[in-house]
Amino acid sequence: MTESTYPVIEGAVCPLPLSHDQTIVMGHGAGGKMSQELIRDLFQSRLMNPILAENNDFGRLSIPTNQPGHLAVSTDMHMVTPLFFPGGDIGSLAICGTVNDIAMSGGIPLAITASFILEEGLAINTLAAIVDSMAETARQVGIPIIAGDTKVAEKGNADKIFINTTGIAWVPDSRRIGGQYAHPGDIILLSGTMGDHGIAVLAARGELGFQADVQSDIAPLHGLIGTVLQAAPHTHVLRDPTRGGVGTTLNEIARQSRTSLWIEESLLPVHPTVQAACEMLGFDPLYIANEGKLIVICPPEEAEQALTAMRQHAYGKQAVVIGEVKAEDPGRVLMRTSYGATRLVDTLAGEILPRIC
Amino acid sequence: MELLKEFRNPIHARTLLDELHRITTRPWVIMEICGGQTHAIMQSGIDQLLPPQIELVHGPGCPVCVTPLELIDKALAIASMPDVIFTSFGDMLRVPGSHGDLFSIRAAGGDVRTVYTPLDAVKIARDNPDKEVVFFAIGFETTAPVNLMSLKQAINLGLTNYSLLVSQSLVPPAMHAILSSPQNRVQAFLSAGHVNTIMGMWEYPPIAQQYHIPIVVTGFEPVDLLNGILQTVRQLEAGRYAVENAYSRVVTLEGNQPAQRMIEEMYEVHDRQWRGIGMIPQSGWRLRPAYAQYDAEKRFSLSHIVTQESDICIAGQILQGLKKPHQCPAFGKECTPRNPLGATMVSSEGACAAYYNFARIREGQ
Repeated sequence: MTESTYPVIEGAVCPLPLSHDQTIVMGHGAGGKMSQELIRDLFQSRLMNPILAENNDFGRLSIPTNQPGHLAVSTDMHMVTPLFFPGGDIGSLAICGTVNDIAMSGGIPLAITASFILEEGLAINTLAAIVDSMAETARQVGIPIIAGDTKVAEKGNADKIFINTTGIAWVPDSRRIGGQYAHPGDIILLSGTMGDHGIAVLAARGELGFQADVQSDIAPLHGLIGTVLQAAPHTHVLRDPTRGGVGTTLNEIARQSRTSLWIEESLLPVHPTVQAACEMLGFDPLYIANEGKLIVICPPEEAEQALTAMRQHAYGKQAVVIGEVKAEDPGRVLMRTSYGATRLVDTLAGEILPRIC
Repeated sequence: MELLKEFRNPIHARTLLDELHRITTRPWVIMEICGGQTHAIMQSGIDQLLPPQIELVHGPGCPVCVTPLELIDKALAIASMPDVIFTSFGDMLRVPGSHGDLFSIRAAGGDVRTVYTPLDAVKIARDNPDKEVVFFAIGFETTAPVNLMSLKQAINLGLTNYSLLVSQSLVPPAMHAILSSPQNRVQAFLSAGHVNTIMGMWEYPPIAQQYHIPIVVTGFEPVDLLNGILQTVRQLEAGRYAVENAYSRVVTLEGNQPAQRMIEEMYEVHDRQWRGIGMIPQSGWRLRPAYAQYDAEKRFSLSHIVTQESDICIAGQILQGLKKPHQCPAFGKECTPRNPLGATMVSSEGACAAYYNFARIREGQ
C-alpha cells in the first residue's frame, strides 16, 4: 500500500447543504422551496387531476345535475399504528373512511380533500407509499382529491403521520337516509363479518402474542350502497360500524330514532380467527372496529331484495339479516342470546381493555 | 374453538335447564365465586332461564375489584415517578384510586403500558436497562404462576431493574370469611375453575365439611356453568355437601404441582386487605424476604400515601353476596363504567359492570 492516507481534494471545497430527500425535516413545512418540491414531486405527481392542476388556493367543484339536491359533508382524522397492516394502510383508510361516511347519505361522492401532519424524521419513501395508496384508492372509488395541505411537526409532537380527509357528496332531495329514520318493523342487515379490521391492526402491532391470519376489511362502500338502494329504494338507514363496532353503532341509531334495535346472537357473523382472538383477550366482536362493513335498515317488504343485492356485490357476499326494529324500550339495543335469554347491548364505555385471566 | 362450541351448544344447555327445572323443589342461594363466571352468566342470560327458586349471587373473585385502595394508590405513586415504566394488565388502568387512575397518570406523562402477559414486562425491562420496570402482579391463585415466572425469568436474565407490585389474593380464606359472616345467605359455591386448575381441589373438602355446603368446581362456558349449577342443586336437594368437579376436562384433584412448588418457594401467606370487605386473615400472598429486592413496595419510597374511598360505593357488600349491584343507590347514576366509583364497575369481571353492560333492562332502570 503506497497510496496517501490523506483524502484527495479536487478543487475548492464548499459545505453544500444536504438535500434532505430521505426524510421529512422541518424545512418541508416552512412554505419555501422545500415545501414546494415536496408538494410538486410527492403529492401532485401522484394525485394530479384537472382541478389540482389549476394550482389555486382552492379547488372548484361542479354539481353534476340540475335536479333538486343537497350536499353532504364529512371529515375524519386518521392515525393508526402500524401505518401498514394486512389488508390496507393509513392511506387507503383515509380515503375509504371518509368516502364511506359521505356515502352513508345515499348520495354520490364528488370529491375529497386531504391534509397531512408529518412528523419530522418520517421516511420520504414511507410517505410516498402512503400517497400512492391514497391515489390508487381514490382512483378505484372514482373521485378526485381536489385540495390539501401539509404541515410538519417537530419530532415527538406527532406520531409519524396524521391524515385528515374531508369528503363531499351530492344527495338528491328525494333521498331521506339517516339514523333518525329507523322505524318499528324495519329489518336490520349487516354486510359481513364483524371486527376484522380491529383484530388485523392489533395482530399487525404484534400485540396479540399469537399469530392471527386476518385481513382488514377496508373497502369503499359507495358501490355496495348503490346496489342496495336500487334493490331497496326505501332504505331508512345506512351506517358503517367503524370505531366502537356494530354494538356502538346500533346504539347510536336506537337513540337517534327513539326505537329499540333487537338482534339475534346466533345470526351475528364473526370470522373464526377474529372470534378466537377475541376469546383470548376477553373482547366482544360487537365492539371491534370495521372499515368495510355496512349496516342497512329497511322496510320489511324490501329486506329480501336488499339482502340478495348485497350478496351479489363483492363487499357484501356474507351479508345477513341480524335483527329488527321495535317501538318498545326506545333508545336501547337488545340481544336475544343463543340460549333464548335477552340481554342489553350497551355502548362501548371507553378503551377496550384486555382482561386478566 | 371447536372444543368450546360443545360447551356453548344451546341444545345441551336446554337439556340441563330442563333437568334443573325438574329437580328444583325449594329456594337455593348459590354463589359463583369468579367474576368471569358472573360475566358469562349475564352475557348468555342463563340466570333468566333458571328455575325461579335458584338465586345466583356474585362472589368476590374479581382480582381488580378486591385489590386494596392503598395498593392502587401505591401503583399511581410509582407510575408517576420519573424513570419508571409501569406495566399492568389493561383492566387495572381504569380502577379509581384515591385521586385518579393509571389512565390519568399516563395522560399526565407517566409511562404506563398495558401488557398481555408479565413476560412482556420482562422484555421491556431488558430493553430499557436505564429504567425501573414495575409489573402490577395482581390476581388470585390463577395468575400467581405466570407473575412469578416473569420474576424468575428476570432473575435468570440478570436484570436488576424489574420488580413486582404484588396483590395476590386467595379464594379459600374468602370462602371462610363469607360463610362465617352472621349475614351470610350463601348455601353453595360454584368454585372458580381457573383457580382450581392451578391449586387443584384438595383445599376445599374441609370447608364443605365445616359449613355443610356443597362446592362444585365449575368452568366458564354456559354449558359448564349449567352443569355446575345442576350438580350443586342435586346435592342441595339431597342434603349432601361434597366437593365435586364439573370441570374435569381441565381440573384435577392435585392441580398444577410444579406451579404450586414455585409459589411455595417464592410467596408466603399473609393477612390481606380486600377492597370494600376489609382484612381477611391469611388471605394473600407476598414475596418472601429472599426476594425483597424485587418487591416494588419495598423498592420505592411510598410513605406519603393517604387513601380515601368513595363513601357511596357498596362494592364490599356486593362482593360478599349481601347485595346486588342494582340495589346500590349510585348504580347507573353517579357510578357507571365511564365514571366508576368502585372497582366492581370497572373490571370485565366486576359484578356491577356485568349488570350495567348486560342487564339494566331487567332491573327496569
